Amino acid sequence: MESTSQHPLPGAVCPVPFAGYPHVLLAHGGGGKLTHQLIEQIFVPAFSNPYLDERHDGAAVDVGGARLAFSTDSYVVHPLTFPGGDIGSLAVYGTVNDLAMCGARPLFLSAGLILEEGLPMEILRQITGSMQTAAVAARVRLVTGDTKVVDRGKADGLFINTAGIGVIEHDRPIAPRHVQPGDRVLLSGDIGRHGIAIMAVREGLAFESAIESDSAPLADLVLALLDAGIAVHCLRDLTRGGLASAVVEIAEAAHVQIDLDERAIPVREDVRGACEILGLDPLYVANEGRFIAIMAPEQADRALDIMRSHDQGTGACMIGQVTDATAGLVVLTSSIGAGRIVDMLSGEQLPRIC
Amino acid sequence: MKYIDEYRDGETARQYALAIARLTTRPWTIMEVCGGQTHAIVKFGIDQLLPPEITLIHGPGCPVCVTPVELIDKAVEIAERPEVIFCSFGDMLRVPGTEKDLFMVKAAGGDVRMVYSPLDALKIARETPEKQVVFFAVGFETTAPANAMAVYQAHHQGIENFSLLVSHVLVPPAMEAILSSPLNRVQGFLAAGHVCVVMGYAEYEPIARRYRVPIVVTGFEPLDILQGVYMCVKQLEEGRTDVENQYTRSVRPEGNQAAQQLMREVFRVVPRRWRGVGDIARSGLGLADAYAHHDAERRFGAATHTAEDASECISGLVLQGVKKPHECPAFGTRCTPEHPIGAPMVSSEGACAAYYRYRGAYGAVPAAGTSG
Repeated sequence: MESTSQHPLPGAVCPVPFAGYPHVLLAHGGGGKLTHQLIEQIFVPAFSNPYLDERHDGAAVDVGGARLAFSTDSYVVHPLTFPGGDIGSLAVYGTVNDLAMCGARPLFLSAGLILEEGLPMEILRQITGSMQTAAVAARVRLVTGDTKVVDRGKADGLFINTAGIGVIEHDRPIAPRHVQPGDRVLLSGDIGRHGIAIMAVREGLAFESAIESDSAPLADLVLALLDAGIAVHCLRDLTRGGLASAVVEIAEAAHVQIDLDERAIPVREDVRGACEILGLDPLYVANEGRFIAIMAPEQADRALDIMRSHDQGTGACMIGQVTDATAGLVVLTSSIGAGRIVDMLSGEQLPRIC
Repeated sequence: MKYIDEYRDGETARQYALAIARLTTRPWTIMEVCGGQTHAIVKFGIDQLLPPEITLIHGPGCPVCVTPVELIDKAVEIAERPEVIFCSFGDMLRVPGTEKDLFMVKAAGGDVRMVYSPLDALKIARETPEKQVVFFAVGFETTAPANAMAVYQAHHQGIENFSLLVSHVLVPPAMEAILSSPLNRVQGFLAAGHVCVVMGYAEYEPIARRYRVPIVVTGFEPLDILQGVYMCVKQLEEGRTDVENQYTRSVRPEGNQAAQQLMREVFRVVPRRWRGVGDIARSGLGLADAYAHHDAERRFGAATHTAEDASECISGLVLQGVKKPHECPAFGTRCTPEHPIGAPMVSSEGACAAYYRYRGAYGAVPAAGTSG
């Protein structure tokens, strides 16, 4: 296919050497470019194997004839409690969703808790209760765990790691490399709620009605699509780094150009207002209950129907398509009809100053 | 959303673009002063809608970008002191000094905090009397009133452990420096809307007269900028050189008198070095004598390093509108937002960062692909 891109070969530019950072910065945890640098330059060389090299949210492994998905995530959110959830429910849904993005049915979770000396027992009870409530809602069981306590000041109240196992019941290969020109990009609902919910508590912003995190389990919705035989080529849940990072990651991994239409991307009014005040771009704000699904064009309408009839997908919409340019880029048509590139963030989104 | 949606309407934007095209009979070069306007232009692709005869040049209205590297080094030195809590707006934390930036100081254990307002820093000072709280007071006239208020309150409430590291810059001297440069190509200006909310726009009259350039006070939404361009082009086509106000919903001719009074009380006009441009007389604000003991430079006696900007950063040429970001040899290769060589690549209002983020490493948006 003739490339319509004006750009020379991707990867022809020599990457800037990493040697500039002798210490880990907060930005290395932002989910953007610096996080990817850390992964590429430290972790992948150390651990490289075919499963890890897929660089997917979870790994699909073959064990004794069964195809399993395995994933892990750590939760360090502060504040511990926020409108719409707490670190406990987040820890359960987050790993459940990573398994769902592999096309798996989540089954079992582990939970490792690191508690800060002085954490009120009442908080621990509340968080534990949230984890169990979330596990029941997501139909998984927490089957093993661990607890450690560290000195006061060494953990922001509580850190949680969860790891999960799910079973992959479909043959359908789901990964960035299966994305094709012509595929449609579907988004399961409006973006930006989780990040703003957290920021609102942190910055002491009060809205007329509290903005709640969208934290929710997505496995049932994904399995509904797969059970209906939708030819899903790639799935990605939106977390840190927001919608933009998820789409850019896929475009780069798949070496395609993805065109998005800003007017088609739903952002709730109050979330947009908060973003305007704080100087944040909704495209980069964290989510915890949203995903994108990339699929063959003829399946898109049916997929939308299935998603919209499900609790977690009522706001599902089509936001763009994959084109035959091979630049590994995402191009967004803005609300006034002109184009711009959507890049991955360097690190933290820094709000503007004036 | 009121005041946002109407000003981003695609159909109206296209109509303005058409009106500008119909009006334009020859090439014109217009500079938007404020980094926020640059950001909006690149993010929304406003320049893509304009006829090819109109060239938009990006001006030095990014206070982060023009803060001299010596001051970043001073900030780093102060922030590294164990008794200091160093507070700043987010953008300043990633601007490279000679050796490091404030984020690196934080990573190495320094108490560096991002705040949204200088009054937040004052609050921290009140709550931690055993520490020295320093606020990095960067900005054009827009942020000066809040900084003045913080110092004013500190002074009158006896909060001794609070000081400002001041790097305020003023817009009119910068415009004059650009206009009097032999490299100047600017024929008309879109003046910085929020600066004018504070200062009004009377001080632009002598500039318009002396240099014979139209100046239109302009806002920040796409329609504001398009309307500002329209008004400017209309003046150019008609041979007028007036000061006009597009941003009437926010800007009054006399500006905010209370803010100006507070600024006059707390600050005085001083010479300032602009990173990449050089020294401009009477182009900055420093603390007035009565408030000088809240000046962090004086309090910490930070040594003056005359750091040479020996890097290949051409930010000066970019800030004066002589070069576009992607015309810099280091753009997108040795200089990226992860490894910035100069400030315009760091700040969200810097032209280089805007180009890199929204136009990619080659400074151009690829055409929309076909579906194959």
